[in-house]
Amino acid sequence: MALIEFTNKGLFCPVGGFYIDPWKPVDRAVITHAHSDHAHYGSASYLCHHLSKPILELRLGPGSYQTTEWGESIMMNGMKVSFHPAGHVIGSSQIRVEYGGEVWVASGDYKVINDGISGEFEPVKCDTFITESTFGLPIYKWKSQEDIFTQIQQWIQKNQAEGKTSVIIAYSLGKAQRVLKAIEPVADKIFVHGAIYNVHQALVNAGWQLPHVERVTPETPKTALKGSVVIAPPSADGTSWMKKFTPYSVGVCSGWMQVRGNARRRNVDAGFVMSDHADWPGLLAAIKATGASKVFVTHGFQATFSRYLNEIGIESAEVKTEYGNDEEAAPTTITEGEPEA
Amino acid sequence: MEPENDIIPPSIPTPAGGLKLFAQLVQVLGTSTKTTDKLEALVNYFANANEKDKVWVIALFSGRKPKRAVNSTQLATWSVEVAGLPGWLFGESYHTVGDLAETISLLLPEGAGNDADDKPLHFYLEEFRRIEKQDEAIRKQFILDCWKTMDRNQQFVFNKLITGAFRIGVSQKMMVNALAKFTSLEPSVIAHRISGQWDPSTTTLLDLLDESPAIIDYSKPYPFYLAYALDAEPATLGDPGEWQVEWKWDGIRGQMIKRNNELFVWSRGEDLMTEKFPEYQLLKDLLPDNIVLDGEIIPSREGKPLPFALLQTRIGRKNITKKQLQEVPITFFAYDLLEYDGEDWRNRPLSERRAKLETIIQPLNSNTLLLSEIVPFTDWERLKEQRLTSRDQCAEGFMIKRKSSAYQVGRKVGDWWKWKIDPLTIDAVMIYAEKGAGRRSNLYTAYTFAVRDGEKLVAFTRAYSGLTDKEFNEVDAFVKRNAIEKFGPVRTVKPELVFEIAFEGIAASNRHKSGVALRFPRISRWRKDKTAAEINSLEDLKQMLNAYGVKKE
Repeated sequence: MALIEFTNKGLFCPVGGFYIDPWKPVDRAVITHAHSDHAHYGSASYLCHHLSKPILELRLGPGSYQTTEWGESIMMNGMKVSFHPAGHVIGSSQIRVEYGGEVWVASGDYKVINDGISGEFEPVKCDTFITESTFGLPIYKWKSQEDIFTQIQQWIQKNQAEGKTSVIIAYSLGKAQRVLKAIEPVADKIFVHGAIYNVHQALVNAGWQLPHVERVTPETPKTALKGSVVIAPPSADGTSWMKKFTPYSVGVCSGWMQVRGNARRRNVDAGFVMSDHADWPGLLAAIKATGASKVFVTHGFQATFSRYLNEIGIESAEVKTEYGNDEEAAPTTITEGEPEA
Repeated sequence: MEPENDIIPPSIPTPAGGLKLFAQLVQVLGTSTKTTDKLEALVNYFANANEKDKVWVIALFSGRKPKRAVNSTQLATWSVEVAGLPGWLFGESYHTVGDLAETISLLLPEGAGNDADDKPLHFYLEEFRRIEKQDEAIRKQFILDCWKTMDRNQQFVFNKLITGAFRIGVSQKMMVNALAKFTSLEPSVIAHRISGQWDPSTTTLLDLLDESPAIIDYSKPYPFYLAYALDAEPATLGDPGEWQVEWKWDGIRGQMIKRNNELFVWSRGEDLMTEKFPEYQLLKDLLPDNIVLDGEIIPSREGKPLPFALLQTRIGRKNITKKQLQEVPITFFAYDLLEYDGEDWRNRPLSERRAKLETIIQPLNSNTLLLSEIVPFTDWERLKEQRLTSRDQCAEGFMIKRKSSAYQVGRKVGDWWKWKIDPLTIDAVMIYAEKGAGRRSNLYTAYTFAVRDGEKLVAFTRAYSGLTDKEFNEVDAFVKRNAIEKFGPVRTVKPELVFEIAFEGIAASNRHKSGVALRFPRISRWRKDKTAAEINSLEDLKQMLNAYGVKKE
């Protein structure tokens, strides 16, 4: 039987009586992670991982948030529900549901490499697996985080030698925290945009140990910014907010930088191929590890990826959802409507 | 003569001076957003690269294509084979990447890219020539062996070299400037030196850039002087007496050279056209020796030019029938005199060059070599009215040249202006969309447009350009939301978005369902104020065809 149905409000569990990542207001919402295309405003109650809660409160305002830990079982109308690390961003989880001896897993967004802050992706055995496919093409193959960090550090040092400010474009939840670890060893001072500062503070208040950052304000003197590193969300790229950093160089951290055309279109000085989503080998490895006999493919290259899975003997079907339209990806000059990456 | 090391600084050998260094250069040229950075990268490359590689790079960046040792289909097939993927995934990947060489490099497993395996660029290019005629198995083994040792950047440029499509964010002008900086020669001298016919495998950097004319290439053209578009009112140019006005002909800009009793005709794209148009052979006996003319390659009858659509029926055709020679006789409208009696005349004033040109051309009484007539005028306002008759003359508007001007190199502002007529326009609705290439990869930016024919919509043209990046993004989002059907890479979309399509000419066509073919169609603006019900009709297009068109192809 279908433990999860695909409805026009989101993924629905008829037995448990709840929705996973609904895009319309519902009574009970179970949230995989706090990105805005997965966590929508207006539901009566939310169940999430405890690390997602501060961000949900920040973004959706006060409400009814119940939290859980990874691996902890919750019974909902006789259905066993548990959260498991998805490795995507802080707090991101796969949702495992079990009923009548059958197991389904909705993975939300995930990546299989361990970034050191989001928790390591856990392969969960299941009968049916729901996967994303943001980078579901064989052209997407990531280098190790270490290699990318070295690239970023060398770029910052080159900018410092030339007296330029390094402006790093990274999503406010996920990439911004991840990239801090690359920057910390080479930068004396790290400045951030307000949107990133808010998420940063919410995490610090919730007890996270993160490097010290300063918020860029109209009062920040130009001299303090000279040769420094600034982290900004995609929506700030190319706006007058950046003027203050002149002379500066812009580096974008995104999986989309894999294709030269994207980097050229963005007119960036440097593109770092760094993503919080699984690459092609990652998606395949994750799916095989679940042992699932049926795979539903959502947002991304779902038609292509689903066809390939069928060809290699994994029964698969594509599903249309409204994921992959995060607010941070929405301004068209930023990522041309591509999902957050 | 200067000692040679004054012209070419000694190069510093670097361990990674081969394909790797070239891959680095291509990376900077392809991603850098600043001209100064690109120029610096080129100068550095010329300072550090292998001597023979430099010559090849000059050849590649001035549009000389390497040998295609294997074709694109073979490359694509082998790459998915190596990657262990089904063939259809190549197509899907290509539609997203928008570049064949890049798609292959992204699909292949990445090699180590060790310096020890790094061979010079010319090694690969010369191997391509060597294996070109060999069995497929040998060619395949060579390619596979190369891929194995290369990192992704090297694989990318290697694939670019094989597929022969090297358009990588560098203009010939920029390369010329870099070489000028590197050698301390004048850019105009360099531009002249690297033009014409030469083979990078047998030419050394010294042959190419040395002051002494050791090897004389009689065919060598001068760099073309190009005009800027006149956007301001012509009256801003001042006294009409200082200017010479000619029609701007709609053919192919060309240079006619007779030296050493041989005739050469070059197009602006630096293609040798001499053999393509047998009409020109007669001129070899008519023209004085050691002369270079600037002009337009254009079909004409009794001194009247014929439309560009007719010229197109002659381009690229190897065997020309007698009928074609009679119906579309190719001629040369001379604009300017660049060399006379072996002497470079480019720095003399236009008025002097023109006067001499007239004394040379007029007595020939040729139907093939004609003077591009000067349009007499005394005030700008009258000229403006006369410009409106351009289409009747088969011209695109006027050329306005300062009488005192020298014949310069490349596009320079100030002395030469092109003053084109407004294009023809028609309002149409978008019905199909396809993803673009290069910086538009993975974006729906190639569209097919339709006009009304009663209740039906009839496709009549495709267009790729004319919108801003922001507008392309908006249309892309529309296509993604409103795609109806999928035919391979093409999406049919809800006929809703209306655009004004501008074009330079119109001709009858049997190959198009609409019965017309447009010249240089592009989007002139997005008519957000109009609905699909308000677009033009096929009848409107046919009227334009009657008024301005070429009725018979």
